[in-house]
Amino acid sequence: MHIYLPIAGQSVNALFMILLGFGVGVLSGMFGIGGGFLTTPLLIFYGIPPTVAVASATTQITGASVSGAMVHMRRGGVDVKMAIVMTVGGFLGSVVGAAVFRMLQSTGQIDVVISFLYVLILGWIGTIMLKDALVALDIVEAKAARKEAPRHNRWVASLPLRWRFYSSGLYLSPVAPLAIGFAAGIMTVLLGIGGGFIIVPAMIYLLGMPARVVIGTSLAMVLSVSAATTMVHALTTRSVDIVLAGLLLIGGVVGAQYGALLALRTKPDLLRLALALIILLVGFRMLLGLAWRPDEIFSIEYL
Amino acid sequence: MKAPFSSIRVALLAPLLIAADKPVLVPDISARQVQIRYSFSGAQLLLFGAIAYPQGRAPARPADVAVVLRGPVQPILLREKQKIAYIWMNADSSRFRSAPSFYSVASSRPIRDLVDDRTASIYELGIHNLQLSPGSGALPERERHFEAGLLDLRSRAGLYSESPRGVEITDGILYRAVVTIPSQVPVGTYTAETFLIDSGRIVAVATRDIEIDKSGFERDVWLAARRYRFAYGLACVAMSLGLGWAAAVAFRRRL
Repeated sequence: MHIYLPIAGQSVNALFMILLGFGVGVLSGMFGIGGGFLTTPLLIFYGIPPTVAVASATTQITGASVSGAMVHMRRGGVDVKMAIVMTVGGFLGSVVGAAVFRMLQSTGQIDVVISFLYVLILGWIGTIMLKDALVALDIVEAKAARKEAPRHNRWVASLPLRWRFYSSGLYLSPVAPLAIGFAAGIMTVLLGIGGGFIIVPAMIYLLGMPARVVIGTSLAMVLSVSAATTMVHALTTRSVDIVLAGLLLIGGVVGAQYGALLALRTKPDLLRLALALIILLVGFRMLLGLAWRPDEIFSIEYL
Repeated sequence: MKAPFSSIRVALLAPLLIAADKPVLVPDISARQVQIRYSFSGAQLLLFGAIAYPQGRAPARPADVAVVLRGPVQPILLREKQKIAYIWMNADSSRFRSAPSFYSVASSRPIRDLVDDRTASIYELGIHNLQLSPGSGALPERERHFEAGLLDLRSRAGLYSESPRGVEITDGILYRAVVTIPSQVPVGTYTAETFLIDSGRIVAVATRDIEIDKSGFERDVWLAARRYRFAYGLACVAMSLGLGWAAAVAFRRRL
């Protein structure tokens, strides 16, 4: 069944988009990620203009993180103060990101930058996760007598103006979470990803937040930053396709629930291994896209 | 699709046109308006009509017909990717000020058999005769290279097409051609031009306009995204929050 997307200006197979949303939703429910890093490249491979793909994937992330954030909120797994500070940073990041987006668009390098950032980030995160998962599954020997990481990062501790974050039990400068939120905001605008898989390690390793509040806080932050980014896209690039986002969401929100059910019945280390492999696979596909001769040498930009 | 035309109509028109000493084209289109709705996946237009000859009947050697359908002109920037440091990236670009967004030509015989190159380029018959107005100052080779790239790109997207035997002429008087419009065409006023060609000369030209526009829900969404950006953004956010919440509530009972 074909349906016409008013903003993308082309017709797509509606069933395919719902299934795509569902598949990504299952993964996002299983791994607690927004899934934008899968949606955006897949939409681009399908032939949706990259700008529309990025903007509409952002809208989908909001919907995918609602139920997770709700569950964690009820269980007290959200450091609200921390989430607000990070959201402010994220909002500033998305505004700056939008300016960078426009600049890159006018020089014609937006596609390369998007692909290149994807390859870098996915390759880096995927490798770390793969290593962790293999160690946890006893496939690879862990490095002997690993030094216990200090609870507080030296750079973060040296920042001025300290606040108390009671839920996290931290006394640190709000500049650090603000900066993390800022980076996530830029990525959300440029890449159409929530950045959950970057924020979570940053909160654990840089801020030293307890695991109890990390996932919930990151989900709350992804939720509000992706919502803000949808607004930024609607106001600046005007490329949010509500029909496309709706199709992705219908599949996505249902898929996320099934994913959450599946996650309860699977070994968490196997889950991490699977996610690491998926991330590396997407990164590798992007790398091929950069290095191989593309199908289309020419591309059209409307003036 | 409705019947191309009725013989009554031709019979009524013919006496009026006898007075003229040149043949006249009486063109029509199966639809004057194309509406882009939710299920729009392209359209087929039937361009048809009659050739009214001065004596009311076709000469022994009938003339040929070419039909051109073109979309609104858009200024574009064409970028070319090149391999730089192992990476394919946009390296070069060229501007085209008057590239039509859609162009389709159908003729009763191949264009090059009908008219000479000069006439073809004056009337922009055939995709290689389009006047794209490339940016000034470019070297002719480079210009040709980019033109070829644009024509190739749009031909494969179905936006530029030629069908050398796409016009069917019945009894030397009635002609018809089918033009396919893909779903990704822009909205705007399209023009259908019909050329009557005899011994290498264009003897008659007739033009009709077609409006292609988004309608209904698609149009409202498109306009809303442009005019009421803030409300549109809020609607998108509200939709995603609502759907996410609804799914969470619907599934909580099953868990």
